[in-house]
Amino acid sequence: MNGKTRETVKTTYRDAIREAIREAMRRDERVFLMGEDVGRYGGCFAVSKGLLEEFGPERIRDTPLSESTFVGAGIGAALGGMRPIVEIMTVNFSLLAADQILNTAATYLHMSGGLFNVPLVIRMATGGGKQLAAQHSHSLEGWYAHIPGIKVLTPATLEDARGMLWTALADPDPVLIFENSTLYNREGELSVDAGAVDIDHARICRQGNDITIITYGASLYKVLDAADILEKSGISAEVIDLRTLRPLDDAAYLSSVAKTHRALIVDEGWRSGSISAEVSARIMEGVFYELDCPVERICTAEVPMPYASHLEQAALPQTETIVTTVKRMVRKNG
Amino acid sequence: MNKQETTQKETDKISREHALHLLYQMLLIRRFEDKSAELYSAMKIRGFLHLYNGEEAVAVGVMQSLKPEDAIVATYREHGQALARGISAGAIMAEMYGKQEGCSRGRGGSMHLFDAKTRFYGGNAIVGCGLPVAVGLALADKMQGKKNVTCCLFGDGAVAEGEFHESLNLAALWKLPVLFFCENNLYAMGTALRYSHSVADLSKKAESYAVASASVDGMDILAVESAAKEAVEYVRGGKGPYFLEFRTYRFRAHSMFDPQLYRTKEEVEEWKKRDPIDTFAHRLIKQGLINDENIKELEMKVEKEVNDAVAFAEAGTWEPVEDLTRFVYSERKRT
Ligand SMILES: Cc1ncc(C[n+]2csc(CCOP(=O)(O)OP(=O)(O)O)c2C)c(N)n1
Ligand SMILES: [Mg+2]
Repeated sequence: MNGKTRETVKTTYRDAIREAIREAMRRDERVFLMGEDVGRYGGCFAVSKGLLEEFGPERIRDTPLSESTFVGAGIGAALGGMRPIVEIMTVNFSLLAADQILNTAATYLHMSGGLFNVPLVIRMATGGGKQLAAQHSHSLEGWYAHIPGIKVLTPATLEDARGMLWTALADPDPVLIFENSTLYNREGELSVDAGAVDIDHARICRQGNDITIITYGASLYKVLDAADILEKSGISAEVIDLRTLRPLDDAAYLSSVAKTHRALIVDEGWRSGSISAEVSARIMEGVFYELDCPVERICTAEVPMPYASHLEQAALPQTETIVTTVKRMVRKNG
Repeated sequence: MNKQETTQKETDKISREHALHLLYQMLLIRRFEDKSAELYSAMKIRGFLHLYNGEEAVAVGVMQSLKPEDAIVATYREHGQALARGISAGAIMAEMYGKQEGCSRGRGGSMHLFDAKTRFYGGNAIVGCGLPVAVGLALADKMQGKKNVTCCLFGDGAVAEGEFHESLNLAALWKLPVLFFCENNLYAMGTALRYSHSVADLSKKAESYAVASASVDGMDILAVESAAKEAVEYVRGGKGPYFLEFRTYRFRAHSMFDPQLYRTKEEVEEWKKRDPIDTFAHRLIKQGLINDENIKELEMKVEKEVNDAVAFAEAGTWEPVEDLTRFVYSERKRT
């Protein structure tokens, strides 16, 4: 965002995404939005509110409850020359379309020997914290990041909420964007000329020397809070927002860990087979001899998300746990 | 007008040239499939191999009324459709050999034939998964004001998948130019239609989504051709999707690993009496349009085309292993 004006406006994560969709629709007539309740209802998280009035039902398409088919239709429309944005209400429902995402979108380019690429963008809400219980609260973005052939973006900041969509639409291949639903109401200042952002690199959100904390999505804010608290105890944490889970920007976190010699990964997904496991393995492979202590991880407890607030909060990564974990890692190995 | 009369009338006015064309295409598929089976036994072709013997009239009849700009989405039993659409026999054979001269560079194999020139979107081997893609291709055409149609082929087994129902509903709701062409060969692997469908008349399912529908004898090339033509005209006219059931039969096993315990030899023999190639050839001979000599000539031409395809595949080259991870992401940059 170099060279842009300092002038900012107050906005929310939700509004930033809506602005991104609006801009894309205005700039490129091939772009359209389709999904359940994106039009007349205004989007289940009100992201697309008002867009139907502006663009009409041809380009803001309410679909029936047919996840597999409207995702597949997005693939077909992309193959046919359009630039669809498909919205799936939440990641849990995306499982009804997992076949199309994995078996079709991710495979067509390869199966066809390079003939047919699929320039499709799929957006969906992810994450827990709103007491929506075990069928509406999971974080499966790390799981999607397992699949070659798709790209997985996890915007955490207003800049990324505003800017990742356009870059994703310009990408020749399928891109999944995961919007943590606890972020939609998040307010902040955004540059008035905010626009497309890079989606290939992780971002150092805070410089530090004692430990690298690697995270993405809504956990970023817990990590930044923890870093503030740690600073008061004289611990300087470097914070990295992965931003893109596939392909991972290895260089960013490996060079940071080589500098700080410690790494903690905070991931809202379940621990087993998670993106945090992948990052941890790559740290081991890449900078093992730089480490002063074992890599640690803070993930969501391995239970289907419980409804009761105290249990749900206990399941999710929390600022306090991050603080105590970092203190232990740094003190013990100081 | 019932189907019998249609057929008689169509036969009367068919030109000799067109008749020979249809016959040639069906024979080409038949011999290509026989050769593929042979090459499978010789271990030149591997993986799953689903042959189209007995169903040739469907692919050939259907392709006659499609334009080059139209799109096709097929299943894993798609050699016939690919050949009838005009993908070269050599490119298909080379694909099954796994050679980089194959139509999918050897990345797809028998089940995943692709071709950009003819808008052939697979070769899809998840039963039912092609239907939503076809709906989307048609949506793109409609939104861009193009007059193209998308032809989606699938089996009777796919009609039991949720995606069939979702896709017909959506295509009807949005009035999309999709041809839902069901090749009902009475079996999904070893499960007879009566064991998987509570309503055996498949066109009834289309009716319940307000999709125009018809059923036709899939062993009769001329009946197929005229029914498909009618469907294509309807869809191209902007009236929405069309469901057409072709009643056909596969003469060979489901794939190469199938002892066919689920049906009797008698049943297969009974259907073979209605062989789409033999019956059509006899009809043409009886009408005096062609003679035995013409058929011999056709056979020789077909044999040459198939042999040339094999030679092309044999002469093909292996993609270097260093290229293994190509085509996971596009090599061109963001636009
Ligand atoms: C979703 C899915 N389930 C199961 C299979 C395994 N399978 C491959 S072909 C087939 C039968 C399909 O029958 P039908 O649709 O009638 O087509 P046909 O093979 O008769 O042409 C099955 C069960 C599959 N490929 N995909
Ligand atoms: Mg069948």
